Amino acid sequence: MAAEALFPLQPGDRLVTRVFALVIAVTLILAFAALMLVVQPYSQLSRVEPDPGSAPYTVEQARGRDQYVSLGCVYCHTQQPRDRDFGTDDERGWGRVSTPADYQWDYPHQLGTMRTGPDLFNIGARQSSEDWHLTHLYQPRAVSPGSIMPAFPFLFEVKDEAGEDDVVVQVPPAYAPAIGVVVAKPEALDLVAYLISLDHTYPSAWLETEEAADEQ
Amino acid sequence: MTPTLATLLLITFAVSVLSLVVLGWAVWRHHMRWGPAAARVIFGPREEGIPEEPAVPAGEEKRIRPEADLDSLPEAAREELLDRAEADRSSAAPVLLFLLSSTVWLVVGSIVGVVVALKFTFPDWLTGSALLTFGRLRPIHLNAVIYGWLSMAGIAVMLWLLPRVLRTRLRGTWWAVTGGVIWNVAVTAGLIALAFGWTDGLEWMEIPWAIDILFVLAGGLMAVPLFATLKHRRVGHLYVSVWYFAAALVWFPILFVIGNWPNLHFGVEHAAVNWWFAHNVLGLWLTPIGLGAAYYLIPKVLGKPIYSYSLSLVGFWALALFYSQAGIHHLIGGPVPTWLVTLSIVQSVMMVIPVIAVAINHHVTMVGHFRALRHSPTLRFVVAGAMMYTAVSLTGSLQSLRSVNQLVHFTHYTVGHAHMGVYAFASMIVFGAIYFLVPRVTAREWPRPALISWHFWLSFLGVGLYVVALTIGGVLQGLAMMDPDLPFIESVRVTLPYLHARSVGGAMMTAGHLVFAYHVAVLVLGRGPVRQEAPWRPKLSSLSNPEIAS
Repeated sequence: MAAEALFPLQPGDRLVTRVFALVIAVTLILAFAALMLVVQPYSQLSRVEPDPGSAPYTVEQARGRDQYVSLGCVYCHTQQPRDRDFGTDDERGWGRVSTPADYQWDYPHQLGTMRTGPDLFNIGARQSSEDWHLTHLYQPRAVSPGSIMPAFPFLFEVKDEAGEDDVVVQVPPAYAPAIGVVVAKPEALDLVAYLISLDHTYPSAWLETEEAADEQ
Repeated sequence: MTPTLATLLLITFAVSVLSLVVLGWAVWRHHMRWGPAAARVIFGPREEGIPEEPAVPAGEEKRIRPEADLDSLPEAAREELLDRAEADRSSAAPVLLFLLSSTVWLVVGSIVGVVVALKFTFPDWLTGSALLTFGRLRPIHLNAVIYGWLSMAGIAVMLWLLPRVLRTRLRGTWWAVTGGVIWNVAVTAGLIALAFGWTDGLEWMEIPWAIDILFVLAGGLMAVPLFATLKHRRVGHLYVSVWYFAAALVWFPILFVIGNWPNLHFGVEHAAVNWWFAHNVLGLWLTPIGLGAAYYLIPKVLGKPIYSYSLSLVGFWALALFYSQAGIHHLIGGPVPTWLVTLSIVQSVMMVIPVIAVAINHHVTMVGHFRALRHSPTLRFVVAGAMMYTAVSLTGSLQSLRSVNQLVHFTHYTVGHAHMGVYAFASMIVFGAIYFLVPRVTAREWPRPALISWHFWLSFLGVGLYVVALTIGGVLQGLAMMDPDLPFIESVRVTLPYLHARSVGGAMMTAGHLVFAYHVAVLVLGRGPVRQEAPWRPKLSSLSNPEIAS
């Protein structure tokens, strides 16, 4: 006995008996969602100019950003300070709320969704010491007690003595190797150059325009 | 906000609400006429009332519904049962390929997951090489379990279930097998690339776009048999599971290509696309697979049609309308245009409608049969997963509210929530489906039923501990971060005990997976008993249905 005979078609069935109709309908729904969530932001944000206060990365900073991306820093650090009436970012000195104009040099974006560690969008303004960053990357707990950030010893090498161009890392005795000195590899120097470049404390032209618009 | 945008937003909301009203009206009008009959298309003549549960030894199905008379199945149902057995056997090769591959990825992914979890406790452990650093292992874990485990296992379930509910054999088997091989190559290449730091750098889209091309190719190959099978269907009505599967098979490739297209997106727009995609991997890919499987397995195991077929229609279309626009709630408080975030929040809250529709169907169908959970491994996994779906979705809607989001957004809470969705809901249902389908496609029995119980309790209690620990830890972390007088490190310190507990939960889940993988291996290697069918079921050896085989 054919199933059609068992369950004869009823008026309401037409909608769900035609695979083609189903496929078209669900595609249209997704297309509609894409129109709202992809095409609209694309057209709105593609008109945004980089903020006059921001600057493209130098070659060294760009290499450092590649390290940041490749080592997965984004899984614990955001780069999106929130507005002062939405969280305590401002009170913690993490900087003003960020705007789309602050990100026009960033590809891929590293906004992040997790704060196992603090927001880094203005880490360069908070901590501009190369020495501090190198020590921190070599052994976070040497400068930040209680930190659970992984150590990155593979960005450094231990030498018997430092060469002429070597950047020596200051390591407290408790964390220092038994013999030799800790020297930063180029990857570590690039990464630190990027971190120090993370300074978006310039006055935001975007926010000023928005405020002006609000006042009208 | 420009007037154009405001208009568009208004239209969006109007369309969503209007669609629901129309849907409700249609359901109300047709309720009495076609709802109940359509829910019964998964049963043969007079098969209703008779449970089907291949995960228990043949004959023991009686215990699921003691009142059922298993010998009462008339000759009239014979053709239906033969068709079903033929459909099951036709998909065996690709289903086993996908299933075994997914099991390997599950074990790999969960072991890496435990290592990642332990790194919160031991930050100086395995730091000697970039390949083993936290930021490399974490995306390996995610991509292994999403694209290796759950996607492949989900495709296995669809490859098996579609021919079954369409009463035909799987067409173009070798397209699927080829697709499966390429998919495995893509996952392997992707994970190796991530280990060596070659990444696209976006959460859920880390695998480099060059390797993504392999996924698209594999997906295209697998679409051929699935749509060819749909075309050759021998049923008048498409059961609700088929809508979910067909929709998922349309949605995911589109999302994948838009999201991963290189050098198209930029800055904050990239972030919006990133989270639109990432949320839809769960919402429009894993969720339809899980719900489609549950919509078939709960009534099939019980031998009882779902409570309200009309409601399932509302649930499906509302999910399509609302879930597809919910993703930007991952960027609440971020530098994205306010209207975009608001749109996603509204749609996230609207998700309550499809969730309740599905919940009523899944849970009310179970009423009066909770004892069956003791006897049916399939049901135990699927019902646990379905309950978790309700829970994770309702809390998800809650989390999208700005006030709640402000507290939990950047915390471990979200990680717990993600595991509740992907694991406690989707993976549990897929586990249940696997326990049901493997005996059917291999004609073998699960050799050690006790191992299924071990797997269930390790997974269930493991993920329970995982989610509870991260929920509490995440809220405490959020509270500490919201207090400007506390130094930031305090928000790290308060989470530590909960992060340790999470590792224990993860280790339990992993132990469950090892049990599962061992059990699958024993069965597939032929160490278990051959399936002796109950007298009222056709013996697989006697299969020859000329009509369907042609």
